[in-house]
Amino acid sequence: MPNSASLNKSPGLDKWVSIAKDGRVLIHTGKVDIGQRISTALSLIAAEELDVDLSRIDIARTETGVDPDEGITSGSNSMEEAGNAVRAASATARRHLLSLAADSLGVDVSTLEISDGLIQSRGTNLSVTYEELAGDQMFGIDVDPDAPVKDPTSYDVIGKPTVTRGLTEIVTGQPHFVQDMKMPGMLHARIVRPPHYKARLKSLDDAAAKRITDSGCEVVRDGSFVAVACDEEFTAVEAAERLFETSDWDLSDGLESQDIYERLVINERVSLPVVEGVPQKEAVQPIASAPGDAAATLKARYEKPYLMHGSIGPSAAAALAEGDKLTVWSHSQGVYVLRASLSEALGMETEKLTIIHVPGSGCYGHNGADDAAVDAALIALAIPGKPILLKWTREDEHAWEPYASCMAMDLTASVDGDGKVIAWSQDTYSDTYGMRPRPEPGGAGPARLLPMQYREDAVTPLVPQPNMARHSGLHRNLDPLYIFENKRLVKNLVRDLPLRTSALRTLGAFANVFAIESFVDELADEVEIDPVTFRLNHLEDQRAKDVLQAAADKIGWNDPVPEGRGRGIAFAQYKNIQAYAAVAVELEVNDKAEVVMHRVALAGDAGQIVDLAGVTAQYEGGFLQAASWTLYEEVTFDQTGITSRDWETYPILRFDNIPEIETVMIDRPDERFLGAGEAVSGPTAGAIANAIHMATGLRLRRMPFTPDAIRAAAMQ
Amino acid sequence: MANISLKVNGKMHEVDCDPATPLIYILRNQLDLVGAKLGCGLEQCGACAVIVDGEQVLSCVRAASEFEGSEITTVEGLATGGKPSALQQAFIEEGAAQCGYCTAGLVVAATALLEKNPKPDDAEVREALHEHLCRCGSHLRVLKAIDRVVQGGSNNA
Repeated sequence: MPNSASLNKSPGLDKWVSIAKDGRVLIHTGKVDIGQRISTALSLIAAEELDVDLSRIDIARTETGVDPDEGITSGSNSMEEAGNAVRAASATARRHLLSLAADSLGVDVSTLEISDGLIQSRGTNLSVTYEELAGDQMFGIDVDPDAPVKDPTSYDVIGKPTVTRGLTEIVTGQPHFVQDMKMPGMLHARIVRPPHYKARLKSLDDAAAKRITDSGCEVVRDGSFVAVACDEEFTAVEAAERLFETSDWDLSDGLESQDIYERLVINERVSLPVVEGVPQKEAVQPIASAPGDAAATLKARYEKPYLMHGSIGPSAAAALAEGDKLTVWSHSQGVYVLRASLSEALGMETEKLTIIHVPGSGCYGHNGADDAAVDAALIALAIPGKPILLKWTREDEHAWEPYASCMAMDLTASVDGDGKVIAWSQDTYSDTYGMRPRPEPGGAGPARLLPMQYREDAVTPLVPQPNMARHSGLHRNLDPLYIFENKRLVKNLVRDLPLRTSALRTLGAFANVFAIESFVDELADEVEIDPVTFRLNHLEDQRAKDVLQAAADKIGWNDPVPEGRGRGIAFAQYKNIQAYAAVAVELEVNDKAEVVMHRVALAGDAGQIVDLAGVTAQYEGGFLQAASWTLYEEVTFDQTGITSRDWETYPILRFDNIPEIETVMIDRPDERFLGAGEAVSGPTAGAIANAIHMATGLRLRRMPFTPDAIRAAAMQ
Repeated sequence: MANISLKVNGKMHEVDCDPATPLIYILRNQLDLVGAKLGCGLEQCGACAVIVDGEQVLSCVRAASEFEGSEITTVEGLATGGKPSALQQAFIEEGAAQCGYCTAGLVVAATALLEKNPKPDDAEVREALHEHLCRCGSHLRVLKAIDRVVQGGSNNA
């Protein structure tokens, strides 16, 4: 297997696999299940390579200091990192147990067969179980990244339908989420948030605070960080509201009302050329004039507003401070980086801090989970010895989570007489996607944690620096997979934009692919070439072509489009190295100017498929979430603060606009796993824009495509 | 504080609480029924749905005391003898959840629908789920799970 960061950090087999006395196998991982079914996929891999029945495999919840540090569960990397590590660990364990069995039974290893953890020597009645061999011993060896793994043609488990781990508990309402935690003596806590980012607390109303403490609740205040903690949850809800209503805030000038799309291109920025997906520390070249053989040259700007993660369950965390130790239960996607960041922020040694992952509501990136963990930690430290369960309110989540940045993409391209792209330029403008918790040189790390910004002790300000990694941050998928000549790609990290931003599913790829795939259609239209043909003409990678063709075939690309409808298609390979996705959409724009989606075909290639239903769900769910972003969503704000504060002021997709979706996954059993969780999002926006164009003749270049936006475009 | 009587999943409970407390807090914290989820506290997302006298009701705003004398059923009350209902089983088999936070509310809403109308058409199903939000994009699988029960002809949802 390729070099593994996961195994380099945690080489010992005991970090990954343990066998209990009852024969159950416990798999440890640093990647957490956020609804993407990674625990299901890992259990399938472990069952397959260990020859243990799936029902006897457990996946440990991730705890700092115990389980492997695999960084953050993000970037669609879990199968490539944890999947490969667990596969190598399971294969190493199997080989080791076979060797122990041969010694123990006094037979040659070649005579041994395994069935559900029972090792038997062929032709004899000699047998021994995994648990007997493991006994009280640890493995005491390292994972061999090259331990022989099974040939996919001999798989017993992988490829067969399976039930999602944890789903029965979810569907029957059993405790599952951090929000469901219960501990003896636990207090329920709520935060009293400022009216907006720039507001600072002048004073709490003493009488109101006294009534709250007299009722048995605790009030925690540190600067403008204010929380209440009570025995009864609803008492805490009411107390926090009462404290807010009676408190006095310095509102300063509020948030500055501004046209974000104008600011994106006029504010101070760091501009870097991007080559092969990698930013270069070089000067940006101006756009060259159109080549002499250009038959047509087009220019267009595409725009995307601020988007929120919008998890259905507001973020939450539990925390308990005992002696000099602090334990936090969190749905953070990166418990180790959160621990490092908390350690820096609180001045506590990492050994004194334990963070345990417990599932939360779907996150899709850096939502409020980490901030809630810090909130809970601060409250627990102020009320030592008492377990705290802190929940954000809906308004907290809507108004305070770190959003995906607004973005603008300026494209210019020329095609020759044969319809070949002979010059391509794209400038992408965006705020940062990289504000997840982590320590920073110079002590600016705590600025990444929302509550730290409101404590009495000011934090060192943090000025985000451009992410220089390949296909990261705002330049993810800025570089198209298409073979275009004379590419000029520029990443522009824009300063002084008004809202707090960080990682949302796909980072910059959603908007970059939306722009590329819309513009490709505009070019194809200009030279009167079918959009599928135009794309195929510019692709060399056969797997890419296969995926695009599969989506086109499934939607019936060459069949007549029903009256009143439009069809659109779009394609990308995530980061140009992960899963491939093509999206074809058939929709109509009705007489209320609403986009009604009718039929969707998704095609994908995520390498070797372990859990087909899981991968399919990632494609389907990714499509529906991205369709929601594209059609409905936009974070709004004015001088008073964020004005998207609930589901009425930030509408999302509902059951009335769920199309029929057919998904074709091309299995590549001999190819490596390719992360699939984010592949489909960008193509979704492109396909919808292209289908609206076919249906109405309108080219929409600014999301969301609401009835107002469609009517405005029609007026022009 | 006051003493109120609530009948939940067929069992009577005497609860000592502030009578203004919304039902969901009583269910989750005093009766240990955490299936209904707090999603918005604004009756906007459906995660807190329970069945009251056969109708789907959102439990995050209305006071618990309003429900005295009613039959309340939560998602935990849908299984019989630890066996998931036909609809719950269909959700499991269709993989009709990702993170699962909205799922209990959807199961409850669909159960209430099928009890009243065992053969709803597609539009009726979508209408019954209209106030329920799902962020992971499991909608289509939810519709398929419900359809599986409708097609199966079982009214034992």
